[in-house]
Amino acid sequence: MPRITSYSELIDTCQRLKPLLDNRVNTDIQAGGKRLILVCSGTGCQASDSQQIVANFQELIAGKQLENTVQASITGCFGFCAKGPIVKVYPDDVFYVQVKPEDATEIFEGHILGNERVRRLLYDEPVLNQKVETQHAMFFYRKQMRIALRNCGLINPEDIDECLASGGYLALGKVLTEMAPETLIDEMKRSGLRGRGGGGFSTGKKWEFARHYQSEEKFVICNADEGDPGAFMDRSIMEGDSHSVLEGMAIAGYAIGAQQGYVYIRAEYPLAVKRLQIAISQARSLGLLGKNILGSGFDFDVAIKLGAGAFVCGEETALIHSIEGKRGEPHTKPPFPAQSGLWDKPTIVNNVETLANVPAILTRGADWYSAIGTKTSKGTKVFALAGQINNVGLVEVPMGTTLREIIYNIGGGIKNGLEFKSAQTGGPSGGCIPRQFLDTPIDYESLNSIGSMMGSGGMIVMSEKDCMVNIAKFYLEFTVEESCGRCLPCRIGTKRLHEILTNITEGRGTEADLVELRELSGVIIDTSLCGLGQTAPNPVLSTMNYFWNEYEAHVKEKRCPAGVCQKLLCYEILPEKCIGCTACARSCPVGCISGVVKQAHLIDQYKCIKCGACMTRCKFRAIIRQ
Amino acid sequence: MVNLIIDNKPITVEDGATILEAARKINIRIPTLCYLDLGELKMVNKVASCRLCVVEVEGRKNLAPSCATPVAEGMKVTTNTKRVLFARRRLLELLLSNHPFDCLICAKSTDCELQALVWEFGINTQRYHGEKSSYPIDKTSQALKRDPEKCIMCRRCETMCNEVQTVGALTAFGRGFNTIVGPAELQPMVESNCVYCGQCVSVCPTAALTGVGYIMETWAALFDPTKTVVVQVAPAIRAAIGEEFGLPVDVPVTGRLAAGLRRLGFNAVFDTTFAADLTILEEAKEIIDRVRKNENLPLLTSCCPGWINFLEFHYPTLKYMPSSSKSPQQMMGTLAKTYYAQKIGVKPEDMIVVSVMPCIAKKYEAVRPEHCTSDARDVDYVITTRELTKMLKENGIDLRHMDDEEFDNPLGEATGAGVIFGAAGGVLEAALRTVYEEVTGQELEDVNFTAVRGLAGVKEAVIDLNGMTLNVAAASGLGNARKILENIKQGTSKYHVIEIMACPGGCINGGGQPYSEERMERIQERVKALYQIDSGKALRKSHENPSVKKLYEEFLGEPGSEKAHELLHTNYWY
Repeated sequence: MPRITSYSELIDTCQRLKPLLDNRVNTDIQAGGKRLILVCSGTGCQASDSQQIVANFQELIAGKQLENTVQASITGCFGFCAKGPIVKVYPDDVFYVQVKPEDATEIFEGHILGNERVRRLLYDEPVLNQKVETQHAMFFYRKQMRIALRNCGLINPEDIDECLASGGYLALGKVLTEMAPETLIDEMKRSGLRGRGGGGFSTGKKWEFARHYQSEEKFVICNADEGDPGAFMDRSIMEGDSHSVLEGMAIAGYAIGAQQGYVYIRAEYPLAVKRLQIAISQARSLGLLGKNILGSGFDFDVAIKLGAGAFVCGEETALIHSIEGKRGEPHTKPPFPAQSGLWDKPTIVNNVETLANVPAILTRGADWYSAIGTKTSKGTKVFALAGQINNVGLVEVPMGTTLREIIYNIGGGIKNGLEFKSAQTGGPSGGCIPRQFLDTPIDYESLNSIGSMMGSGGMIVMSEKDCMVNIAKFYLEFTVEESCGRCLPCRIGTKRLHEILTNITEGRGTEADLVELRELSGVIIDTSLCGLGQTAPNPVLSTMNYFWNEYEAHVKEKRCPAGVCQKLLCYEILPEKCIGCTACARSCPVGCISGVVKQAHLIDQYKCIKCGACMTRCKFRAIIRQ
Repeated sequence: MVNLIIDNKPITVEDGATILEAARKINIRIPTLCYLDLGELKMVNKVASCRLCVVEVEGRKNLAPSCATPVAEGMKVTTNTKRVLFARRRLLELLLSNHPFDCLICAKSTDCELQALVWEFGINTQRYHGEKSSYPIDKTSQALKRDPEKCIMCRRCETMCNEVQTVGALTAFGRGFNTIVGPAELQPMVESNCVYCGQCVSVCPTAALTGVGYIMETWAALFDPTKTVVVQVAPAIRAAIGEEFGLPVDVPVTGRLAAGLRRLGFNAVFDTTFAADLTILEEAKEIIDRVRKNENLPLLTSCCPGWINFLEFHYPTLKYMPSSSKSPQQMMGTLAKTYYAQKIGVKPEDMIVVSVMPCIAKKYEAVRPEHCTSDARDVDYVITTRELTKMLKENGIDLRHMDDEEFDNPLGEATGAGVIFGAAGGVLEAALRTVYEEVTGQELEDVNFTAVRGLAGVKEAVIDLNGMTLNVAAASGLGNARKILENIKQGTSKYHVIEIMACPGGCINGGGQPYSEERMERIQERVKALYQIDSGKALRKSHENPSVKKLYEEFLGEPGSEKAHELLHTNYWY
């Protein structure tokens, strides 16, 4: 395709390409016409051989010479990663899960040729306890509202035509032709979009600050250094719809007066890097990046900077240092990057999800966007659902959706019918939300008020089988590992917090430790240099606030109520159930079980290493764990 | 100007000032540990890593590090609330929880800023117990000792090494609790590009970076009846050692120092200042030759070993630029083991030369393989001002109560020109005094080249030698040296002679000098002391030194002679 040299030419091109997506957008078109098989090619599904699935479909289609009526192609992440690889058939809206390469034949012959759905591969809806026929019928998708993820699972991310067919770059065209930077910033402010990386700062205001500072050079940085354990929305967006991020960056560049953008992405995301590279070169060749974009006189280009995978490099000043080739550690703000950022020039750092929202907002207007969500938090938020929940994956819901809706409706409830105990949001900086807040509408403020935070949208669901002290320890372990080591409270304080928690989970905790946990947490929050340290004790404090009884049980009774903390477990043989088969004694690696054949056995608690081998071995449920 | 209120006291300060700076103006003391501002020396460390200077700022959610928080109009700051004091105490306790408790036998004991704070805070129990960092001590360079377990991550050394000295030998490695400052890839120091300028030592608040000590070796030599032990003292020592004994600045200590050294048991007490005069004669000869031939200019001075290391590592292509004259320390070592040894009939191998230097790099210079004129090292042990102080004190020698004595001859007589070697610009000034008279054949009436004095990073002057114009400059601090060297590399340097000193301010601010809380004041005083000694001397030009003249007559011939070249000149690596 030749360079697109004006906004009107772009509109024409998009119109011309629009039919490409006809049978995907209008799923009510009945089978019989052209069919499209989309196979998820996100990192998760690719790891389960989804590329082979596409290849198999393509071979089958070629074998029957059906290229004109059936197509098989890759697409971005559907967000339903736990059940991948996903295969979607359009226009039938049929959603196959856990497809193996060899299943291609069955789908092709049964569904494509025979018009019979392969029921075996349909999703078994936990809420209804039955197979669902279409994607729209799945609870996982019914309540979702996909703005940032709008093109993921819809278009082929490596084909800019499909991006344009979905209206890609129209917002950039509109902005460059019809809006002054100030108007654009006003529109963004009015939309109420706030940073999706964790801070929740108004995107429009951030741009306004950067615009305000005069400088010959300014920079736009896309923060793609996604690091929260369990969060992968940014990766999915970049893998499934890189263009939306590039478009958002170009718009931001126009708003603040920058001509160069950098995507700071971790090297552990090779597929996202590859897709970004493809998207950048495609956009350049069409004149959507580079010099004189769409004939507007605006120049903007994007380069990729690979990060080495340090969590702290998600902090904007650390990220900037890393791009500059320095050690990735934060510095004290002010100065804020908007004033003095990359190479000391005004710089904005926006998260991937934030930028992906930008084109949608400008296409449909601030009013449309600000009508979604709550009073202070507008639009939607992508959450990465994980943990003890049936539907694990990415969900995008309007701000203000309750935890209950996300967990019990979209998420399909707790695994194995267990009781919900807590939801951890905000990654290692967040907190654990207990049962009583299940009906709280989620937004930035409400999460803060209940001791957690939005963060980048990780949501880990815990059941009655999870020990909250152990969970706090787990998150602390992460921050101890990922602290940059610059400031004292984070470098040594988090380490000591972790050590105290370890002592508690191993039965060495004292009541003084509980006091110390709170006090030290307070000091770390109060004195740490950057957000990492300032929020690191959140998991400790929130679990102490809401699950105090568990801490007390660990310290006072040396007991782990959830039965997780190994050193506190106690294995006992119930004499009335033990038949004296000796299986347990034979399986014990430290020989701490004694007893005579056909008589009840006994565990020596001093010698027992709590490995649980005896309990696994016992066929008579005579061994219990307390 | 910005108006703010600190602890209910209103104050107006300049825009861009920090809360800490503002507080200090009204004598509100906020404890600091990582923060350091060396004013005129242009070294500011405000990485805000220790957080001990936190204060409460109204309207701010968390506590603010006062060292790195700029003031704002209407700001209300409180420096002493319960919350602030509680946090500071806990922070200090955390720091202690990962710090060795060997204060009693620590090289930095009583000079340690961490120890001082702990004492001030009255901390006398150990709140936190847990894992402690464990690292080996690195003494591979024989000059700089690195003890990472004592590092508190203040990053002052890094700022000094990278931003001020532009050496780039130290940086932080690793993450979190395991973060550590060290040379590239934590290789041994001797394999790093460290130039041993010792400025990191001078800013390290603890004993994480110190000099490798030679006190025990020196004692052993002094008590060895088979050895003739000779000592030399650098010019800058006399300007600083009085501080260690609480002597007022205006009390001259040169004579007491000579007496103290003799009391320690040295068989001969020589003055490196004598060798400085000698250096000037050799160097002046080179200057005049090179300027007259107009080749290989500018001439760079070579008496500072830190600077020579820097040249060798960073500007190897310029290795023909420095004067080939050895440094005064090495000239003295060579002469002691040749000229003096012959005179007193002692075999060089039975002689031990100990240097007292304000410097860490001198320790390294002494062990360089080329400095072995008579099969043994020309200088055997180099101890710093601080080490000498300890030896004197151990021996019960208190400089407050010593009578003046003279240095020994033949290597003890010095002019004022040799003395000012200890201050940045001094070598250049001394050289100019001699070069002027050599070139013009006239007596130099005013020997004070004040344009090249002072603590500025680069000082320059144009000297008229009866029609021959000499453009000269003196740079101190390796960052300043780098700027000049870049110009030389690009061919844009206009200078004929450039003095370079690795340490900002020169030897009086060397890495081996006494530590002080009021470092900047001490440095100013030391500079003043040296110029006072100079102005009080009857002889202030190196070529007028009778002992030096005698040395040439008896032993060396004339400046630049073959023998002088053999004994007093060297060459550089790469």
